[in-house]
Amino acid sequence: MTNSNGKLNRRSFLKVSALAGGGMMLSFNLLAGCKPNSEETLGLPKEWFRLNGFIKVGENGLVTLMSPNPEGGQNIKTSMPLIVAEELDADWTKVVVEQAPLDTDNFTRQFIGGSQAIRTGWTVLRTAGATARHLLIQAAAQTWKVEASEITTEPGFLVHKSSGKKAHFGEMASLAATLPVPEEVPLKEISQFRLIGKSHKNVEAKNIVTGKPLFGIDYKKAGMLYAMIIHPPAHGMKLKSFDGAAAKNLPGVRDIFQIKSHQDDYERTFFDTTSFTDLVAIVGNSTWEVMNAKKAVRVEWEPFSTYEEKRDWGGRKENRTIPGQLESEPEQRLKMAESSKKARTVRKDGDPESAFISAAKVIERTYNGPFLAHNCMEPMNFFAHVQGDKVDCAGPLQKPELTEQALSSRLEIPVENISIEMTRLGGGYGRRSYAHWLIEAAVISQKVNAPVKLIYTREDDMTGGIYRPMYQATYRAALDKDNNLIGFHVNAGGLVEPPLYANRFPAGAVEHYWAEEWTVPSNITVGSFRAPRSNFIAAAEQSFLDEVAEAAGKDPIDFRLELLQKAKDKPVGENNDYDAERFSKVLELLKEKANWGQAPTGISRGVSAYFCHNSYAAQVVDLKVKNGQVEVEKVIQAVDCGLVVNPDAAKNLCEGAAIDGIGTALFGELKFENGVPDRSNFDRYRMIRMTEAPKAIETYFVENQLDPTGLGEPAYPPVFAALANALYQATGKRLYDQPFAKQLEDLS
Amino acid sequence: MAIFNLNINGKSQQVDADPNTPMLWVLRDHLDLVGTKFGCGIAQCGACTIHMDGNAVRSCQLPVSSAQDSQITTIEGLSEAGDHPVQKAWMEHDVPQCGYCQAGQIMTAAALLQQNPNPSEEEIENAMNGNICRCGTYTRIKAAVITASQNL
Repeated sequence: MTNSNGKLNRRSFLKVSALAGGGMMLSFNLLAGCKPNSEETLGLPKEWFRLNGFIKVGENGLVTLMSPNPEGGQNIKTSMPLIVAEELDADWTKVVVEQAPLDTDNFTRQFIGGSQAIRTGWTVLRTAGATARHLLIQAAAQTWKVEASEITTEPGFLVHKSSGKKAHFGEMASLAATLPVPEEVPLKEISQFRLIGKSHKNVEAKNIVTGKPLFGIDYKKAGMLYAMIIHPPAHGMKLKSFDGAAAKNLPGVRDIFQIKSHQDDYERTFFDTTSFTDLVAIVGNSTWEVMNAKKAVRVEWEPFSTYEEKRDWGGRKENRTIPGQLESEPEQRLKMAESSKKARTVRKDGDPESAFISAAKVIERTYNGPFLAHNCMEPMNFFAHVQGDKVDCAGPLQKPELTEQALSSRLEIPVENISIEMTRLGGGYGRRSYAHWLIEAAVISQKVNAPVKLIYTREDDMTGGIYRPMYQATYRAALDKDNNLIGFHVNAGGLVEPPLYANRFPAGAVEHYWAEEWTVPSNITVGSFRAPRSNFIAAAEQSFLDEVAEAAGKDPIDFRLELLQKAKDKPVGENNDYDAERFSKVLELLKEKANWGQAPTGISRGVSAYFCHNSYAAQVVDLKVKNGQVEVEKVIQAVDCGLVVNPDAAKNLCEGAAIDGIGTALFGELKFENGVPDRSNFDRYRMIRMTEAPKAIETYFVENQLDPTGLGEPAYPPVFAALANALYQATGKRLYDQPFAKQLEDLS
Repeated sequence: MAIFNLNINGKSQQVDADPNTPMLWVLRDHLDLVGTKFGCGIAQCGACTIHMDGNAVRSCQLPVSSAQDSQITTIEGLSEAGDHPVQKAWMEHDVPQCGYCQAGQIMTAAALLQQNPNPSEEEIENAMNGNICRCGTYTRIKAAVITASQNL
């Protein structure tokens, strides 16, 4: 414990320090957030002593750790408290974990997005634990009248070796809670870690497998009514009129009315996307009754005219034109083709035009990715209770702090009067960043003057927009007569957002490099989708590099390593946002673990590697194709996400990413005809199932002691291309357009 | 509306509901048994799986009027202490990510093992194929079913 905290973020630290004297008690609900056996071992304490915003210690030694961020399957509710427990030197078997509510005074960055919770929380969480440990040591030193420097900790205990004195944390907690918070606090050396780096089970596992109410959709309050909405059937349409008279007479129906989720002149910020602002709301006594009434409401829709949407993208103001039209896929493709000719250069190194003229070989390929629906298993929902100028909300969402501001603006109620309880998310993947349904629930509650739970049907969700954009990328590669890659050109765009990351590999590794992007305006709403942009561009780029390697007569891994060597030795250009050394190491680890070059008999394999969310992931997919059906035998993956906090849970996330990616690449697709999505439920939107999942997945982490980086997303983007490249080996056909399954069936 | 006498998790329950109300909503809204999940409403995802007389059924397609004379088991009633071999195996393999689909997965697996205590991998895959896991925990689910079958 000699590591003085040189890297401590002063602001974060002050934030932590400021908590100690606050004495604010948050609700404690063991049922909603217990770790199995902890409270059974010790029993509940009579009193809790708050050492800071993250930590309460009971007089009996039981420790409560607050998990600040929403949990949607990243296992953050285990790994974030685990980091606090590490520095606190808590006994993990005597820890209960509690979900913190949205609390901007005590916590920062309480959201899901960008795989950044552990990376940005690392120092804050460690400091919170170390600060509390320091206070406990000071308390023991005062009580025992010994030097604090002579006191050490063992999990859950304070120890003074020379006098033989020993006390559990609870015995010193009341005094510790009154002591001044230190200006700086030392953190452990990595070699001193007892918890981090070893696997710990999900703290919520027992509650999940026994069906406890954890999710927003499970939320219930006395007197609560149920609500649903009706949104337009097509993008480009708006509400004209509705007749709810017949529906209102159905049993259990309370009210049917029109709502507006944003004021007309509202300047939207990042996550205020909503496809349909004007909706019909149905409120009743039970979900089923409301569902039935919904079908009986007669609604008239009309096309809307082109309008300007005011946006504030984190300070950058934009008036975005939303075209009034009922879009169909063929026109969308034509517009994309036109826009690609009017692309904007975002990076240029060397003289790519000349490189392509002088090239011995030029390869050009175009890749397409369709719209995708997030399809979280828990349909969108939220609880809200508006009482005068006070709002209580509860449910699953990814960006509570931002949604709270949007809600405040909509209801004209100050954020101080709004409380948001974060329930577990039945999946997020970006969809729950756009929490317009929270606002809708609150507006409905305000109107009916009662607590309300709003639930979307699967169809409401899948046809309601906020999709992964529709993307296209055209790549060109120039090889010289010795098969060196001398020129690289990418022209990529999307409807409505572009997929490009111009400063990522192979930028920096090619002398003449050119990246251009473009967009197509549309009224189809798009938004973040697991590993935004990367989820398409990795698939395109890594498929293309496989083809370029083949054209150059090189092994695909060696070809990438060769380029990375160039990026290490003599990087081209500036702002290359990857570390070529770490990137190479991941590929080398994969090469070794997959026995690259020695594919099992009858197996076709493909490889891919990508950097995103500050982490590196590379995969080999082993498969067979029989009668047009893919059988994925194995995925072998290597990941560098820095220090791995909770290895088995980290593997689980990477396994999920591989399965999700393979499923999306094979089946994921949504199209439009006259603004109407061509599928609305799982009967037509095909999701990967167990028989289609890889039979085995091996995940290996690069062992290093670097600060942890992202993990929820990085293993997702590259697997698309590892699959495509393996399918090429199996079938002899390159696949350029997702989803792949249809094309494979055509092949057979 | 009509009164229905149901046997749920070994307990007699009375509910007053429209005869067409799916058991999913009777369980969730009327009886506060919210472990059974709404996923698609059209029997495509398996999140709402319960047992009716020991068979795995989709509660979103089972009207309350058809459930009267049967023994209904939900995830809450699969075991008293959460220690059914399938539940234990799920914890041992640390299966869940978001966890939303897992009650349905567990109920499907438990019914499979009830009827076929030693399923082959292929039998497991086929039995579990009606349950979607959006997080992609399939390899762990399969491993957990195998473990559970060994510990029955």
